Amino acid sequence: MNKSVALEMKNVSKRFGSVLANKNVDLTVYRGEILAILGENGCGKTTLMNMISGIYFPDEGHIFVDGEEVVIKSPKDAFAHKIGMIHQHFKLVDVFTATENIILGVKDEKHYSRVEAEARVKAITERYGFHMDPHKKIYEMSVSEKQTVEIIKVLYRNADILILDEPTAVLTPQETEKLFAVLRRMRDDGKSVIIITHKLHEVLSLTDRVAVLRRGEHIATVNTKEADENSLTEMMVGKKITLNIERSEPKDPVDRLVVSNIHCTSAEGLPLLDNISFTAKSGEILGIAGIAGSGQRELLESIAGLQHLDGGQITYANPKTGEVINLRDKTPLQIRDLGVRLSFVPEDRLGMGLVGNMDITDNMMLRSYRRGHSMFLDRKRPKDLAEHIIKSLEVVTPGVTTPVRRLSGGNVQKVLVGREIASAPTVLMVAYPVRGLDINSSYAIYNLLNAQKEAGTAIIFVGEDLDVLLELCDRIMVINSGRITGIVDGRNTTKEEVGLLMTKTAVPADNTEEKEDVSRE
Amino acid sequence: MNKQEAKKTQEKASRVREPLFHVIKRDTIPLWKSWMIRVIAILAALLICGLITLVLMGRNPIEMYASMIKGSFGTSRRIWKLLKDTAILLCIALAVTPAFRMKFWNTGAEGQVLVGCLATTACMYYMGGNAPDWLIIICMLVAAVAAGAIWGLIPAIFKAKFNTNETLFTLMMNYVATYLIAYFLLVWTPDGSSSLGRLEHGHLPVLLEDVVGNSYLLILLVVAVLTVGMYIYLKYSKHGYEISVVGESNNTARYIGISVPKVIIRTMLVSGAICGLAGFLIVGGLDHTVTTESAGGQGFTAIMVSWLGKFNPIFMVLTSFLIIFLDQGAAQVSQDFNIRGAFPDIVTGVILFFIIGCEFFINYKIVFRNKKQKEEQA
Amino acid sequence: MNVLSSIFGYLMSAIPLGMTFLYGCTGEIITEKVGHLNLGIPGIMCMGAAGGCAVLQVCMTTGNLPAVLIVILGILGSFLVAGLMGLLYSFLTVSLKANQNVTGLTMTIFGVGLMKFIFSNLEGHMYLKALTYFRYPFSVHMPGSDLRYCGPMVFLAIIIALVASYVLTHTKVGLHLRSVGENPATADAVGINVTAYKYGATIIGSGIAGLGGLFYVMDYAGSQEAYLSIETYGWLAIALVIFTLWRPHLSIFGSMVFGALFVAGSYIPSIPGLHLSMTATPLLKMLPYVVTIIVLAITSVRNKRENQPPAGLGVNYYREDR
Repeated sequence: MNKSVALEMKNVSKRFGSVLANKNVDLTVYRGEILAILGENGCGKTTLMNMISGIYFPDEGHIFVDGEEVVIKSPKDAFAHKIGMIHQHFKLVDVFTATENIILGVKDEKHYSRVEAEARVKAITERYGFHMDPHKKIYEMSVSEKQTVEIIKVLYRNADILILDEPTAVLTPQETEKLFAVLRRMRDDGKSVIIITHKLHEVLSLTDRVAVLRRGEHIATVNTKEADENSLTEMMVGKKITLNIERSEPKDPVDRLVVSNIHCTSAEGLPLLDNISFTAKSGEILGIAGIAGSGQRELLESIAGLQHLDGGQITYANPKTGEVINLRDKTPLQIRDLGVRLSFVPEDRLGMGLVGNMDITDNMMLRSYRRGHSMFLDRKRPKDLAEHIIKSLEVVTPGVTTPVRRLSGGNVQKVLVGREIASAPTVLMVAYPVRGLDINSSYAIYNLLNAQKEAGTAIIFVGEDLDVLLELCDRIMVINSGRITGIVDGRNTTKEEVGLLMTKTAVPADNTEEKEDVSRE
Repeated sequence: MNKQEAKKTQEKASRVREPLFHVIKRDTIPLWKSWMIRVIAILAALLICGLITLVLMGRNPIEMYASMIKGSFGTSRRIWKLLKDTAILLCIALAVTPAFRMKFWNTGAEGQVLVGCLATTACMYYMGGNAPDWLIIICMLVAAVAAGAIWGLIPAIFKAKFNTNETLFTLMMNYVATYLIAYFLLVWTPDGSSSLGRLEHGHLPVLLEDVVGNSYLLILLVVAVLTVGMYIYLKYSKHGYEISVVGESNNTARYIGISVPKVIIRTMLVSGAICGLAGFLIVGGLDHTVTTESAGGQGFTAIMVSWLGKFNPIFMVLTSFLIIFLDQGAAQVSQDFNIRGAFPDIVTGVILFFIIGCEFFINYKIVFRNKKQKEEQA
Repeated sequence: MNVLSSIFGYLMSAIPLGMTFLYGCTGEIITEKVGHLNLGIPGIMCMGAAGGCAVLQVCMTTGNLPAVLIVILGILGSFLVAGLMGLLYSFLTVSLKANQNVTGLTMTIFGVGLMKFIFSNLEGHMYLKALTYFRYPFSVHMPGSDLRYCGPMVFLAIIIALVASYVLTHTKVGLHLRSVGENPATADAVGINVTAYKYGATIIGSGIAGLGGLFYVMDYAGSQEAYLSIETYGWLAIALVIFTLWRPHLSIFGSMVFGALFVAGSYIPSIPGLHLSMTATPLLKMLPYVVTIIVLAITSVRNKRENQPPAGLGVNYYREDR
């Protein structure tokens, strides 16, 4: 390699509480290259990059820029070393124009002049071929335009090393192509570009080298030319680990919940869900796999009556009466009044599923407090339930009057899952139920889900750990960018198959659909 | 050589940048500890007030404290006045509390009380002599509660539908109420004098005047019942529960199917109605007339009472008592020491500053650099 | 002639009154632009009046000072005392992260009380001696009407509003200042010292607002009891901020409109042929507030982003709250 080293990380580790986010990572970045940091969700990619950009400070290890050791304690320090990061959540002032956001916080060498600043911004946009209206306000911009502003913001600060955290997650394929063209131009200009991603085709089409991370550790860095999808997937997901989660055969599965052709779009007009159709059966666990932000949340919220749909149908078959009920465009309250026993464990436990400042008893009431005609609350039953859950699920807490935010992650989740199961649901949706939980708590949750399955509940399980999905679920539905890329049998599939489906660009299922797409645009 | 120097300066820079102390949010603090911090703050504030008296007036601070206590508890009349004022302030504070628990910053209690006063007076003025007193009183009550509720409802609808800033909206509504009163005063006094004078009809019944020697007992009872009622409403009713959920997290409310706009509107109706009730008590039970000063700024003080009492009706009994005690005590001090100007407001202000400031030490913890390092080593 | 002179009289009564609001409004805008809703402005304006008049009393007792110096010293005294109140407010809300509404209201209770205390210890006839310096330099006389005054502080108010407007919209400092109020986390991330901006803007804003109190006593009203009505004008100044959509240059006109509406009550009934009784006066005085409510409601319904309050208004910034 005749290129000079721009940045080097040696033996870097970072720990959050008991979780080791990065362990002894070594990484080298050259000038004039595009490097991909590849890995599954939660493998420590973003944490590692945040240590270069000054958001976190490493617990151990050294960082070198241009061969000299540096201390990066804040984004300001990072800029001083010409390092800039474009985060997934943009840090922009909505009511400001693009230019105003770009020049914000930069010390002027001479007297501040807006004209000069604008000229500099213009020079940067022209040099790398950006398309941006410098006078447009951020709130009027699409996600892709906002991203452009963030990139120019970093370039305006003379960054030579640019880090982009999953830049394509929010872009359309056309926008992605434009972005890649710009990034290639930057590379040719001698800059180092690091992109964090888990999309294999992007890695293969764009980058020069790939560093693969798994569970916080650096597995290998390879030249992109020498890699292919299979070899990268294998490095990314690793060998299959046997977890020994029980899995019983579903008992007389019947269609419980039928979702057909639902679609919805974000405020920016991007599709969130695109013609999703599937069936959840009683006594079965349907796994949903996919990269974070592929539409999992929207899917569950659509079923729960929290997400407005542009089209499609959601129907529920009542197990007692056999009656088929339409759930689309119903509020959570209406759904419950229709006699649908639907339970939902959302991803955001303390911000949505529970109220952090309330005690366990009061959190138990969230679902049931309306019961009865009295205007007063009945705390007796929720308290009994709280005590029952604490006992049966072994929740570690000083008592039922402890605010749930003071419990540990695993115990919070037990309280939430316990409450949702207590209403004897016929459909149970769980989103990332074991995220942040230790092994024992995780198994406790798996057992609860299995018990529900045996009781005949239709379970929809959104997960991120493929090993768990493969051992727990009867069927696995894989989605990408709001589209289904495949539904596979959990018993016969392989990790590689699911992994490839996760990163596969979904092709429209049929032609009619494509026409609809065009007409919508 | 060069490299070494560079490294040295860098190390130095990194050391300098490490701040002397670091502020972190406390997870929890034992109840006794938080109240101890508050008590210390109040004592410190009183000490400062004493020092101010000493420096400015050259008077012994002990004398000042004695005078304060005398002003509030000196005679039975003063004690009754203390209780009456506490009750009225507490009533308004109870009114704003449900809204505050919902994180709806209602600064419009003043106006809601004023329209309550106005509606009460209107009933007294127009019905006086034409209807029996009991009927007038019922009308007064209904009118006052309805007026207050409407005054609370208007900003609530805008907040619920359009997310209009409620702090500023309710603040403006206060002035509309003030000038509405000014207008009716002119209508009711054709001779051009701006004061209406005491109206003869529709006084609230006086309980046990022979025993207590004043007309305050009914008000105290009403507010006592209201305090307990509000405590129960907030803690044990389904409405109160919904208010807490909306205040804590809109997202959770959505998740369990609570309609946030509905809760906002309903709660502001309750809030406004109780303010109207306070207006009814002020006019029907005490003043028997209305002026633009009928609420006397208590709508704002009530916000403080509610906030200092942690939006808990039982604690608010203490905080409203504290504020009225300070006010009345300081009034006595200015009389005894012949201080001109609004000395009570100054004392109240200083003490409130200390209480407001001390909340920081309840919610946050300051960790000093050396200690932090030690903790890390341990 | 009579009509003309009464229109003139009306304007010359309305416009200077508007300047009282303008000082308060400009100050409050600067404070709100860094995300702090300062409901203590009425109290701060009161303290501005008290501080200024106290300095003037000293000046007039000393005697033999040049008129320009006396005016400048009065203004400085007012600015400093009000700025100190601003410092107290920022210490509580920025450093101690206290609730802004509660702190602001306390500032008003305290400020009004302290002002009354100070004024009751000042001698009206002494500080009011300086009235001539504040009022006469640009006096205007119209035949058939009373002598009307237009002192230097009228122009100062407009100049300050224009400067504030320029700084906020056309300079880097203004850009940084606004970013702190809109999105403190972003401002912090790009290396802007959020705390310094919050302190600076609040203190300067309070100082400017304080001048409004001094202006009202020493120019507009010029009487011993004038200080008693400052608080009301302070609240109006806060209303004016909403009315003018957080823009100081608009508030120059807004303040005049408010002034016009405020004094309209005493002029409109005297318009021949209108047959409006004095009874309607309070309803006319209600207008500024009603208009403000309507503006507030309309801007939120239309939801145009430029016309909204700063996004971070009322929320204290704590870096680790992410």
